[in-house]
Parts: sequence; structure tokens; C-alpha cells
Amino acid sequence: MNLQIQNHIKQSLDQQARVDGRKLDEFRDLTIEKGVSQTAEGSARVILGETEVIAGVKMSVGEPYPDTPEDGSLMVGAELLPMSSPNFEPGPPSIWAIEIARVVDRGIRESKAIDTKKLCIKKGEKIWLVAVDIITINDDGNLLDAAGIATLAALQDAVFPTYVDGEIDYKKKTKTKLPLSKLPIPVTVYKIGDNLLVDPVSEEEESVDARLTVTTTEKGQICAMQKGGDAPLTIEEIDKMCTLAQKRASELRKKL
Amino acid sequence: MGLLIQDKQVVVPGEILAQGMDYLPGHGTYRDGDNIKSTRLGLLNVEGRALKIVPLKGAYLPRKGDTIIGRVDDIAFSGWRFNINSAYPAMLSMKDGTHEFVARGADLTRYYKLQEYVVAKIINVTSQNLVDLTVKGPGLKKLGPGRIIMVTPAKVPRIIGKQGSMVTLIKEHTQTQITVGQNGIVWINGKEPKKEAIAVQAIELINQQAHVGGLTDRIKEFLEKRVPMPKTTKKVEEPKKEDTEVKQ
Repeated sequence: MNLQIQNHIKQSLDQQARVDGRKLDEFRDLTIEKGVSQTAEGSARVILGETEVIAGVKMSVGEPYPDTPEDGSLMVGAELLPMSSPNFEPGPPSIWAIEIARVVDRGIRESKAIDTKKLCIKKGEKIWLVAVDIITINDDGNLLDAAGIATLAALQDAVFPTYVDGEIDYKKKTKTKLPLSKLPIPVTVYKIGDNLLVDPVSEEEESVDARLTVTTTEKGQICAMQKGGDAPLTIEEIDKMCTLAQKRASELRKKL
Repeated sequence: MGLLIQDKQVVVPGEILAQGMDYLPGHGTYRDGDNIKSTRLGLLNVEGRALKIVPLKGAYLPRKGDTIIGRVDDIAFSGWRFNINSAYPAMLSMKDGTHEFVARGADLTRYYKLQEYVVAKIINVTSQNLVDLTVKGPGLKKLGPGRIIMVTPAKVPRIIGKQGSMVTLIKEHTQTQITVGQNGIVWINGKEPKKEAIAVQAIELINQQAHVGGLTDRIKEFLEKRVPMPKTTKKVEEPKKEDTEVKQ
């Protein structure tokens, strides 16, 4: 990106002003729409400013892993559609797509938000496999947080399909919801120069020095973290980032 | 018979605008037997007997004489290739890019580096849509620090306003330098970042509401609410001469 424009954005941030007039610790308008896909067991569309992400949940029956015979499994995948940004190309998942999927997955997995024991049909033989697919519609910054919120909304929306005699009927949905007990919301705090901010737009994202994604639950427990970018972070900064992420997460949780 | 749709009305493709031979088809319209029909979604403009459509949206098509803002995308042997927010790239040759003598094999990034933004004028568009640029002329220059925003090229005349009235209004209120390219790229640089953000919001507002009447008043109100005009009789910052204002 143009260095002069990057410097201009950095200088503005030093005066606590962002490109769109927001405060540094302010999110853009968030819209969550659940049940956007009829074929998925659960789905959600999340619009964060101009950023738009859709997540879908598919459930199937399979064999459990040998080391966890009583647990269902969760799988999260992300696809960055080339139409959503000039930086995305078709082909196998990019590093960034893998990172988004893994960070979202980690938050849900490590917080134990899904009671995997309840996904067991027959111990050691049959379990429910929950697959979440994240698809980007438009990238205007902060895809990671949008993807995390979309995944949680889709999981909230998800219901089991009917399962009789080893056959799944996807056309008939039951009223049983997916056992989701917590809402681990990832909030990424970005560092540009000496400033910490959340929810950057693309322009700001291009000049980010470092970022830290902190996933917190309702109780304020930190259940997952991910650091990105080249610049190092001091202990004080990480402290500040965690507090900020927790605060924003509790506000975002109200919208889910 | 005659005109079926009033001036400044929204029309859709295929809509019959006029019947009979009293009117002539212009930009975005065509004659189908007795009828003149629209080919675009836009506002009807009646100019005497000619009918034309001002589209609501659309890509930028390079035209000779346009002053545009381009970004250096590539450096070739004999010049620079620009992205001009169009399907076609534009070339700035060494001759048109600098007054200096450029030795064979010289490093062309001395003049324009990759990703830099430049205000340039289109001097020629061939039938194959090869676009040639020049930076020799008043107001044509390399752009310094600032921000770039994109607007619909069709809305550029509304952002500039009559004789540059709209852009001057925004500049004076927010104390910013603004350059609008005909290709929908706008460069903004403000001393105060908060006012700069308001200028961006104002331009985005125009971009969204250009087709609704009473635009100037709404923009004025929008700006007054956020940044009251400085009370001194003399303007705080005269728009600098080097600022380019593209004529409508």
C-alpha cells in the first residue's frame, strides 16, 4: 500500500481519530440475521459495517475418534471468496483462511461451548459431526471477529435433522437445538503505532503492526488467544488488549 | 405521442421515453421504430429535443480530456502504467511524465513510485482503448499524504457541483484539500483528522443521494451540524491554487 497514505492514517490515529470518525475502541454497526439458508441446519449472516460474512452449520453422523469414543466432533472451515476482496484468489485455502477457521474453532473448542458428550449417539460407534463453514461475502476489515460472531449465531440457530434407523432426513428438522452452553466471542485488538484499536476497516488493517485475538466467555474467562503481525507486544499492552476485548465481547454478546 | 416521461425522472432499461419523431435518442437511449427507449437505469435528461440518460451507477470509461486520479501499478521500459479505476490501464510516457532528461536505463521510480497517486489528464484514447496520460498542465501533479476514497464515476459532477460549489462547501467547512478525479477517485487531505473524516462522510452522502433533489441544502445542514463554519469573515484557509478542480 501507498506509504504516504499509511503514514497519514497513523498520524490521524495518534490524534485519536479514525478514518471513518469512530473512536479507537468502537465497533461498527453490527447486524445479525439468523436462518439465512434453508439447506443448512443452522446459518447466520453477519454484517459489520461493510464487512459481510455468512456461516452455515451442517450435521452428519459418523464414527468417533478412537481416543474420544463418547464425543461428537466439531470442524470449522473458512473460505475467502475471490469476489469478497481483490486480495483473495481462487484455489486451496490460504494461510489467512486457515487462521480464521482455526482461531474461531479454538474459541469454541477450548471454552467447551458445545457439550460434545450430548452429540454421542452410540458410544464408540456413532456420533454427530458438526461442520461449520464460514464464507466471506465482502471484506472491509476485521473478518476474524465477524467470522467468530457469524459462527456462534449459526450454532445458536442450528437444530438436529431427523435421524431414524441410521438414516438422516435433512428435509425434516427436529426442534432439538444444538447443545450450546456458552458464547465465546473472539475480539481482535489491533496495534497501529502506539495505538490500540478494534474493528479496523481495510484501509486501517493494511497498516496494522500487530494484533491479538482474545476469545472470552460470559464469565470473562479467556479461552483462546492468537497473536498476529510482526511487531512485539509488551505485557502492559497485552493486559490492555485483554481488558478491551472482554469489554467489547460482552457488548457484542447482547446482540446474539 | 411526444415525451412520455418527465425530465429528471428515474427510468429503467427498455422503458419507452418518447413516441414519434419529435425527440432524438442520445446517450443511454435508442430508437426502436416509433419509440425512444432507455438502455440504462438512471435519470432522464431532456436537452431541447435530445434525450439522454444520466446513469445511477456505472464503470468509468476513459475519455479524452478527462482529469483523473491514477495509481502507479507498473513501471514499464518507457513510462508508468496506471490503474485508473477502469477496465483499461493507462500509460504515462516519459515525455509526458517529467520535464527532466531521463537517461537510458534510469530508475523511473525516482519520478513516480509504485502505488503512488497522481492527478493526470487523458490526452488520447485509441479505438483499442489504449489510454495515454500527461501530467503536464495546470493542477496536474503527484499527490502527497492524504486519503483516497472511491465514488461512483457517474456521481462526480454532483460532488463537484456547479462551478465547484459543492466541493468548495466541503473544503471550507472541513478545512481540507480535496481533489476529485473524473474516474471516481477522490483524494482528501485535512489538517485535522476529525474534520477530514467528516469530509469523507459528506462525500459518501453525496455518492448515495446524488439523485435526490435538494442535495446542496442537505449537505450544508450535514456539515453545519458537525462543524460550524468558522465565524471570521475571511476564510481560514483559501483553497490552494494548486488544488485541482475538475470542471463538470
